[in-house]
Amino acid sequence: MEFETVIGLEVHVELRTRTKIFCSCAVEFGAASNSRVCPVCLGSPGVLPVLNEEALKLGIRAALALSCEVRRSSKFDRKNYFYPDSPKAYQISQYDEPIGERGCVVIAGTSAPRSIGITRIHLEEDAGKLTHSPFGDASLVDLNRVGIPLIEIVSEPDLRTPDEARQYLEEIKSILQYCGVSDCRMEEGSLRCDANISLRPVGQATLGTKTELKNMNSFRNVVRGLEYEQERQRAVLMAGGAIVQQTLRFDEATGTTIVMRSKEDAHDYRYFPDPDLPRIELTQAYLDARRAEIPELPAQMRARFEQAYGLPTYDALVLTSTQRLARFFDVAASQAVDPKAVSNWLMGDVLGYLKEMGEDIDAQPMRPEQLAGLLRLIDDGTISTKIAKTVLRDMMTSGQDASAIIEQQGLVQISDEAALREIAERVIAANPKSVEDWRAGKEKALGSLVGQMMKETKGKANPQLVNRLIVDMLRD
Amino acid sequence: MSAMRGLGIRALHHELAEGRLTASDLIQDSLAAIETADGRVGAFLHVTRERALTQASAGEGVSGVPAPARGLLAGIPFAAKDNLCVEGVPTTCASRILEGYVPPHTATAVRRIETAGGVLIGKANLDEFAMGSSTENSGFHPTHNPWDLTRVPGGSSGGSAAAVAAGFVPYALGSDTGGSIRQPAAFCGVVGLKPTYGLVSRFGLVAFASSLDQIGPLTRSVEDAAIVLQGIAGWDELDSTSVQVDIPDYLASLTGDVAGLRVGVPAEYFETDMDQGVRDRVMEALDTLRRLGAEVRTIRLPHTRYALSAYYLIAPAEASSNLARYDGVRFGVRANDAPNLLAMYERTRSAGFGPEVKRRILIGTYALSSGYYDAYYKRAQQVRTLIRQDFQTAFAEVDVIVSPTTPTPAFRFGEKADPLTMYLNDIYTIPVNLAGLPAISVPCGLQDGLPVGLQLIGRPFDEPTLLRAAHAYEQAAGFSGLRPTALGEVQ
Amino acid sequence: MTSELNLAGRLGERVEGHFVHLTTDDVVHVAALARLHVTSEETESLVLELSRILDYARDLQELDLTGVPATSQIGITTTVVRADERRPSLTAAEAVANAPDEDEGMFRVPAVLEG
Repeated sequence: MEFETVIGLEVHVELRTRTKIFCSCAVEFGAASNSRVCPVCLGSPGVLPVLNEEALKLGIRAALALSCEVRRSSKFDRKNYFYPDSPKAYQISQYDEPIGERGCVVIAGTSAPRSIGITRIHLEEDAGKLTHSPFGDASLVDLNRVGIPLIEIVSEPDLRTPDEARQYLEEIKSILQYCGVSDCRMEEGSLRCDANISLRPVGQATLGTKTELKNMNSFRNVVRGLEYEQERQRAVLMAGGAIVQQTLRFDEATGTTIVMRSKEDAHDYRYFPDPDLPRIELTQAYLDARRAEIPELPAQMRARFEQAYGLPTYDALVLTSTQRLARFFDVAASQAVDPKAVSNWLMGDVLGYLKEMGEDIDAQPMRPEQLAGLLRLIDDGTISTKIAKTVLRDMMTSGQDASAIIEQQGLVQISDEAALREIAERVIAANPKSVEDWRAGKEKALGSLVGQMMKETKGKANPQLVNRLIVDMLRD
Repeated sequence: MSAMRGLGIRALHHELAEGRLTASDLIQDSLAAIETADGRVGAFLHVTRERALTQASAGEGVSGVPAPARGLLAGIPFAAKDNLCVEGVPTTCASRILEGYVPPHTATAVRRIETAGGVLIGKANLDEFAMGSSTENSGFHPTHNPWDLTRVPGGSSGGSAAAVAAGFVPYALGSDTGGSIRQPAAFCGVVGLKPTYGLVSRFGLVAFASSLDQIGPLTRSVEDAAIVLQGIAGWDELDSTSVQVDIPDYLASLTGDVAGLRVGVPAEYFETDMDQGVRDRVMEALDTLRRLGAEVRTIRLPHTRYALSAYYLIAPAEASSNLARYDGVRFGVRANDAPNLLAMYERTRSAGFGPEVKRRILIGTYALSSGYYDAYYKRAQQVRTLIRQDFQTAFAEVDVIVSPTTPTPAFRFGEKADPLTMYLNDIYTIPVNLAGLPAISVPCGLQDGLPVGLQLIGRPFDEPTLLRAAHAYEQAAGFSGLRPTALGEVQ
Repeated sequence: MTSELNLAGRLGERVEGHFVHLTTDDVVHVAALARLHVTSEETESLVLELSRILDYARDLQELDLTGVPATSQIGITTTVVRADERRPSLTAAEAVANAPDEDEGMFRVPAVLEG
C-alpha cells in the first residue's frame, strides 16, 4: 500500500527584546545560573506581570510577516502545570484568542511551490532549565530563561515530506530574521521545533494517528527524526499494526525516537484568562505601524532578483539566505554591469572566504560598492580575474578600494603588446620542447607557455592577449 | 498608650508637628500596648519592633519632629496584614507553607506609606491566604475580638481589624476579596474601606483571587480612611490592573453634607435572613441619613442571589492557580522525606496548607478542569457580568447603596464549622467585589454589646461621594467613638 | 441576640431535590491535578463538603445565560505595556535565598522521575 506522510510543525521562536516579556530582567544567553532573575521570574508571592511593549510589537510583526490575520482584541491565559521549570506553576500564554491566525508561507516544495498554512501564532513566556544530576537523585533548576518572550507558530498539517518540513523551517527562520523578530539560532535554542507526523493511505481524506516528536535541535535532526519516524510508522502499518498516539523524543546519538509519554498522560492545563493582564486591544493605526516595519521579505527579494537582475532561481535562493547577504548583493548588482557576475563572485569567492574566516558578510569591511568597483576593473581589463581574486581577499581584510590595492601593489594588468611580445619571445626561446609539442598537435603545451608568461609577469599579463600573442608567434 | 488614645491621624500629626509628641513616643506606645494585650487578642503574627524604632528615630533625625509638610502619615505607626510583602520582614500569609519566608520586595501600598514616613509596627494575623471570615483559619493562632474575646474578629483581615479596635495602632492595611476588610471592620467596630478595583496597586499583595483582591485601610474613623487612601491610591507601573486616574483630594470630600444624596436600599439584601438587631441598626442608620437630607429609596439588584455561587467558583478557581507556586522549590517550607518530585509536591502542599485552603484549591481546580469549565467557571463569569449590570442600572438612580455589612454581629469561635455556613456570612459584601466597586463599613451601633456595621457602596472610582456619605453618617451617628471594653485599661 | 440563623435555608431545600454528588474518584483526580495528597478519610469528608458547595452553585445552571459575555477582569480596557528597558536583577545568592534546598546558585529538587 502507498502511504502519504502528513506533517505539522510547532515552532517556538524567542523574540529579540532587551528584556523579558513580563519583567525588566535582561535577556542574555549564557549568563551565570539564576543571575538574570527577579521576584517576577521567581514567581514570588505578590508579584505581577507587566507586558513588554517590544515583545508585543515583535509578535505582531511576526504574525503580519507570516500573512496572519491579527486579532484586534486578544488576551493572555494561564496554562497550569506543575514542573520545576515553571515557577508560578502556570505559564502565561494565549489559549483561545491568539494574536495571529490563518497565515501561510510558500516553500519550494518537492516538485512545485506549495503554500503551507499557519494555524495560529501566539505570545507566551519561556520556562526555566533543568539539569539532571548524574546520580539521578536530584535536578538543578536555573530560571534565567524564565520569561524570555516567545511566539509559538503552529502550522497546518500541510507538509508532506521531511524535506518540506526543513524548507518550511528555513523559510520561517529567514522571514523572522529579515523582520528583526528573532535571531532564530537553533543551537542557542532561540528557535525550537516540535513535529506532529502521521501516515495515511494515498487518497484517504482523514488523518492517521499521529505521534509528536520533540528534542530535535537542528534542521538536520528535524529531517533525521521525521525520516526515522516516517519509516517506523510505515513499517508498523505495513505489518498491519496500529500507530499509538504518543510523544516521542528524538535521540541524536542513535538517530531513533524514544517514547516520552502516552496520550493517557495528557495534561489538563485548566486554561483560564489571566486576571493580572488586561486584554490586548489594538487600533488599526497600531497594526499599520507594525506592517510598515516589515522589510522586503525573502520571497519578494528572490522574485525581484530573478526579474530585475535575471538571476537563476538557485542564485536568488542562495543570495537571499540572509537579509545582509541579499542587501549586499542588491547594492553591488545595481552598480555592476553584469549582476550575474556579482552573484558568481558572491556565491563563490566571497562566501568561500567568509566561511574560512567564520564571519558574516557584515562583519568584514568590504562594502558592496567596492565589490562592484572590483568587477568594473576586471571588465575594463585593468586586472585579470586571477589577480582580482587576490585583490578581493585584501579588500575583505583591509576594506580598501580595489583600485588602491592594485596601485599600491603594482597589480595593474600588462596589456602593452610590445612589452608582452618581448617577454613571449624569451619564453618561446627558452622552451623549445613545448614549442615542438604544440606544433606536433599537443594543445596542452600552449598552457605551459602561457603559464611561463604569467610567471614572468607575476600574473599581471593580460591572459587573453598573452594567449593570442603566443599562438600568433608560434604560427609564424 | 495614653498618648494615642482616641486621637485620629490628623490629631496625632498635629501633636507631632507641634512637638508635643515624637514619632518614637508613638512607636513606644504602640509597642507597649501590643506587649500588654496582644497575648489575649492575637492580632499580630510578627512585630517589627527594632525596625520600627530605627525608622522612627531616623525620621526624627531628619527634621527633629515631622514637619507638617511631611504629610499626615509621617511618624505614625501602622500594621499591615501579613499577606502584604515587606522586604526583609517575614511574610507568611498565616500559612505554614510560607513559614520563614522573607520577601525581596515590598508591596507598593506599604512602600508608599513608608515613603510618606509611616512606620510599620508589625504584620497582622489573617485567615490563611485570606481565605475565611473569622481568622480561625490562621495557620498559627486565632485572633480574638477585642469586644468579646470569646468571639471571632471576622476575617480575613481579622488581625488588622482587632489591632485597630484594640488601640494597638491608629490604622492598619488589609485586603478585601469578598469582604475581608469590611466584615472584620463591622465585627470589631471600626471603619473598613475597600477601594475600587484598580485604585490601589496590588503589587506585593500575595494573590488570593487576582480579579477581586484589593488593598484598603482599617481605621477608627472615615476621616482616617480618607487619609490612608490618599496615601496608597494611584497608578503603579508594577501592576497592570492599576488604573491611571487622577486621584482626588479625599479629605476635601468630607463636607458633612448629604442633602439631596440619593441612597439606594437593595430590596434583595433585606429579603435574606438577617439578625433582627442588625436589621434594626441599619434601619436606624437609614433614618439618620434621611434626617441629614438624603433621599432613601428602594432599588433592585436582581442577580444578588447568584453572587455567592459565582464568587465561590471564581475566587477558588483563581486561587487554585495563584497558590500553585507554593511547591517547595524556590521558597517556603518543603516536606523533606520525598523520594521523587511528585511526592515532594504532594507532601509539601498537603502539610503546608490548612483544610480551608485545600478545600478552595480543590473546588477551584474542579471548576477549571476539563469538562467542567463551561458549566462552572464560565457561567460564574457570565453571572459576574449580570451582577455588574445590576449595579450599573442601580447607580443610574442612586449615588450610594446602603446595606448591612454582615447578616449577624461577631459569632463565637467554632460556631460556623460548616464551610458553606461560613461563606454565607459574606452575602452582602461579595457582590461588591464581583463588580469591582468601592465600599465602606462604618459602625452603626451595638447589638447585645457587639458592633454592627453599615455598608455603603459607591460608583467605580467615586470614593469621594462614598466617603462623604459615610463621614456625614458617622458624624451624625457618633458610633465611631465607641471603644471595646474587653481589654480593660489597655485602651 | 440571634446566633442561629437559617441562612442555609435555600441549601436545605435543594439537598432534597438534586444533590450534586462528586465521587471519590473525582476528588482523587482533582487532588492529583492540584498536587495535594489526600488520605482516604479526608477524601470521604471532601466528597461531601465539595458536593455541597458545588450543589449550592447549581442555581447558576438554571439561569439562561445565552449571549451574556463573561467578565474575567474589571477596570482596564486598554492595552497596558511597559518600555523594553532593563532593570537590575537579583544576584543568584538573593534569588535562592529563600530556597529550601539549593546548590551553587541553583534550586535543587528531587529527581523528576519516580525514585
